[in-house]
Amino acid sequence: MHMADALLTPAVGGTMWVASAGAIACSSAVLRRERDDRKAPLMGVLGAFLFAAQMINFTIPGTGSSGHLSGGLLLAILLGPSAAFLTIASVLVVQAFFFADGGLLALGCNIFNLGIIPAFVVFPLVYRTVIGRDPSRARLGVGTMAAALATLQLGSLAVVLETASSGISSLPLADFLMLIQPIHLAIGLVEGGVTIAVLSFVRKARPELLQSGGGVDPSAGRSLVPVLLGFLVCAVVIAGGLSLYASGKPDGLEWAVAKVSGKAVLPAPEQGVHGALSWLQQKTAWFADYRFKGGKTEIGAPAKLDTGVTGIVGAVLTLLSILCAAFLLRKGSRGAVAPEA
Amino acid sequence: MGSIAGALLDLKRLDQLAAGDSAVHRLDARAKVLATLVFIVSVISFGRYELSGLIPFFIFPAVLIAIGQLPAGYLAAKIILVCPFAVAVGIFNPFFDRGVLVHLGPLGISGGWISCVSIVVRTVLTVGAALILAAVTGFPAICRALERLGMPNVFVMQLLFLYRYLFVLTEEGGRASRARELRSFGRRGLNLSSYASLLGHLLLRTWQRAERIHMSMLARGYDGVMPVGHTSRFGVAEMLFLLIWSSLCILLRLNNGAQFIGTLVTGILS
Repeated sequence: MHMADALLTPAVGGTMWVASAGAIACSSAVLRRERDDRKAPLMGVLGAFLFAAQMINFTIPGTGSSGHLSGGLLLAILLGPSAAFLTIASVLVVQAFFFADGGLLALGCNIFNLGIIPAFVVFPLVYRTVIGRDPSRARLGVGTMAAALATLQLGSLAVVLETASSGISSLPLADFLMLIQPIHLAIGLVEGGVTIAVLSFVRKARPELLQSGGGVDPSAGRSLVPVLLGFLVCAVVIAGGLSLYASGKPDGLEWAVAKVSGKAVLPAPEQGVHGALSWLQQKTAWFADYRFKGGKTEIGAPAKLDTGVTGIVGAVLTLLSILCAAFLLRKGSRGAVAPEA
Repeated sequence: MGSIAGALLDLKRLDQLAAGDSAVHRLDARAKVLATLVFIVSVISFGRYELSGLIPFFIFPAVLIAIGQLPAGYLAAKIILVCPFAVAVGIFNPFFDRGVLVHLGPLGISGGWISCVSIVVRTVLTVGAALILAAVTGFPAICRALERLGMPNVFVMQLLFLYRYLFVLTEEGGRASRARELRSFGRRGLNLSSYASLLGHLLLRTWQRAERIHMSMLARGYDGVMPVGHTSRFGVAEMLFLLIWSSLCILLRLNNGAQFIGTLVTGILS
């Protein structure tokens, strides 16, 4: 469910970065106020535990496929929202760098989808509400399962919204939703089952962990909720607004250029500044006339052909020259430094 | 279990690359982090149908790989491994976006295919940039750089702790998982109940380990901050590195280099 850089525009990615960075700052401040320095190693090691847990699989009965824990909700229940959020965020940072899950720009989205949603939205609003003040076993089970389902549904919904408001993918919104939500219903059921099973094991073996963890910062968690809901609203509004602005303006510019030049000489892919510049280039380029004549007489295709051919020729040449340069650079520096294995 | 051990080896290899000693390795981490960010934002900001403009950006990973003496094949394999999600979403573009954009002689190429390939090229560029940053800088140095660029100290500590114990706990989990597999015949015994008790035990051991770590930290005089070994400074080389790369990225963003070269060459040929 990791979001990828390639599907994002800078406006959406940047907005989600701001939201996630704000949440990291808030949570760090909460933990610093707590001054409980037992938590620092505990959070770090639990983050590493999450890594190990995600690599171990179990077979899902009846289907033959296998599943694993993703663990955001488990951490929220064990550590409380702020500490759990920072732990999940740190795991995502390491994944972005070393497993290249998603990417650096998408990191903001991923921290939002997999960290803020379980820790600050689902945990206080769904889990705490369902289990109530004096939880029974059944209530704990129902609350955990509901929270797991909500986490996965909201997370995948966020992926859809971020992709759609970026507009890089042309998958229609409804189709994308139909594709992704049912799958995450199944994943949510698995996640809920595993979380319940692990928690019941911990409750049998060391019940004091659950009491101390869940009750560490209830007040802090509650006071953060409105702030983060505010962030959510801001993020959605700004992302929507900015991407509309971002995608509206180039079209306008292109339209203006087409109007100025009199006809649609410009191929559709040229947008924005680039469109204007290539228009300028076409007006000033030495070879512009030859190009169009050559294209027309030799192959007899419309003038649009040229941008396709020149684009490909240019791309291949650029790639080749970059590779040559890199090869030479490496040859040159190999003398100075012993090569790494 | 092959996959866990394999993944761990893979992680260690990337970690070891950061111990190299080249001109890029020696630069202050802040310059590399900032240059990579400029690069990623320039790549991402291209419109969905722009493809040829992205190609010149390969110069950034290529030069860093060359100077940093990184194994190009290994990085390429890692990048290809993580492509599937972007490809899975991008592959729908050709079906929904059928308007023909480019004519290559008799062949019409639809906008969907162009944007699909564009998504894949972006993935390769951005993922590659992140991996190269990790390989020439090393994770602890990136964390320190982010701290000096304003990230909260609590989160930096969290990242450093996580990174330190990642290898320890993955090995422990891998051992436990292998033991479970050796005791289960075929697929029997790998069900949820054994999984939950395995994870539960791992969790309890992790918790106890954290308590031991805390006590040994206190015994060594921990006062809330992690000590730093040596600090590097942001000098002339760093400034130059950052300036050159960000101006090149912005230049390539505003001018389509590949299209320009292509125009020159096809102009000469025809």
